[in-house]
Amino acid sequence: MGKSNSTASAGERLINGLVKENPTFVLMLGMCPTLAVTTSAVNGFGMGATTLVVLALSNLIISLLRNIIPKKVRIPAFIVIIASFVTIVQLLLEAYIPFLNDALGVYIPLIVVNCIILGRAESYAYLNSPIPSLFDGIGMGMGFTVALTCIGAVRELLGTGKVFGFGIMPQAFTPIGIFVLAPGAFFVLAALCALQNFVKIRGARAGKDTSKIGSGCTEDCMNCGEQGCSRRKFYDDGDDLVVEDLSETEEAKTDAES
Amino acid sequence: METVKELLVILVGSSLVSNVVLSQFLGLCPFLGVSKKTNTAAGMGVAVIFVITLASAVAGLMYRFILQPLHIEYLQTICFILVIAALVQFVEMFLRKAMPALYEALGVYLPLITTNCAVLGVALTNVQKEYGILTGIVNGFATAVGFTVAIVILAGLREKMEHNDIPESFKGMPAVLLTAGLMAIAFCGFSGLL
Repeated sequence: MGKSNSTASAGERLINGLVKENPTFVLMLGMCPTLAVTTSAVNGFGMGATTLVVLALSNLIISLLRNIIPKKVRIPAFIVIIASFVTIVQLLLEAYIPFLNDALGVYIPLIVVNCIILGRAESYAYLNSPIPSLFDGIGMGMGFTVALTCIGAVRELLGTGKVFGFGIMPQAFTPIGIFVLAPGAFFVLAALCALQNFVKIRGARAGKDTSKIGSGCTEDCMNCGEQGCSRRKFYDDGDDLVVEDLSETEEAKTDAES
Repeated sequence: METVKELLVILVGSSLVSNVVLSQFLGLCPFLGVSKKTNTAAGMGVAVIFVITLASAVAGLMYRFILQPLHIEYLQTICFILVIAALVQFVEMFLRKAMPALYEALGVYLPLITTNCAVLGVALTNVQKEYGILTGIVNGFATAVGFTVAIVILAGLREKMEHNDIPESFKGMPAVLLTAGLMAIAFCGFSGLL
């Protein structure tokens, strides 16, 4: 089934998700909801919290069922489990926090195809025991929430002069409206990526290991398959698009070894 | 029955005014990933048109004839995603066996589309806006055409920018994202159309 990481403790998983492998700032997974919902800090926080709940619960259940789910049908199984939790959460939001439901709209059910959740299920929950998986989910969720809230706060601050509805900028500041609109999201993300590249280049020059940074989305987004959902690696070899199914390559390797 | 005028409004609205990628941020992964060259981008666009139109038809039919009569509309997310995943698998297998030429051209992009937000997003939007089956199909087609337009334009721009002198931190993704942002501003101009 896979090696289980017995040295993983709850605290270690939390710090990992929050800092070392922060899904937005480091791994760069799940960009679609990040750009769409960070029009204000509250929306960002709400989306992050919702994703945290779904991520933690689905990690837990998938980890509990990891010995029962056959390898060949694991992706559909993950999707059913994740989609069920998303439906539950969506209905709860509709009933109890309607303003958030209206603000986030169609992006709540789209949590199902969020690369972070499917990616963590595939790369962690399926291979490890329940408690570390649960805390891995919580950690990643917290990292995502912090990232979304920060990005939302920056966009809201520049776009309306307020954060969480409280006026921060002085009266003389003319809000740069574009930041709460679609183009602004691209610009903020570009700045984030550039910052990440800067850190990565600096780190590489100093000899540090920067392989984990931005493996999701920096080069050309096709690497989402390795860390994330589809477990397929796509690369442009000049003329064509080449697809490599990573699970098949792994099976071939283990077959060759045995 | 929707009039032709309403369908035209949806055609223009879903493809240009609220462009799926530049306005709704759905389908960012393939948009940023497969836009290095115009011919791969065009291939991806055609594959997306094919899949999304088919998926919105199937999802619409399923919603109208299975979910609604049984009053299990709340299961729409689960049903849609499973149906879409199965549909794409099936289409891939079918193309590989029955139309190898088309598979050569499109097949490699199909797995990229399975977990693509855009397909599920269109299916859910059709339900949310209470479109009929035909209107839903037109909406899906228009959305996918908008995706194709955006991705081909971005690919063209990236080809032109390939040998530009860009500051080191901004090489790669940041430059592409800035370009996409400027495209988004340009597409905002379409909102005057309606």
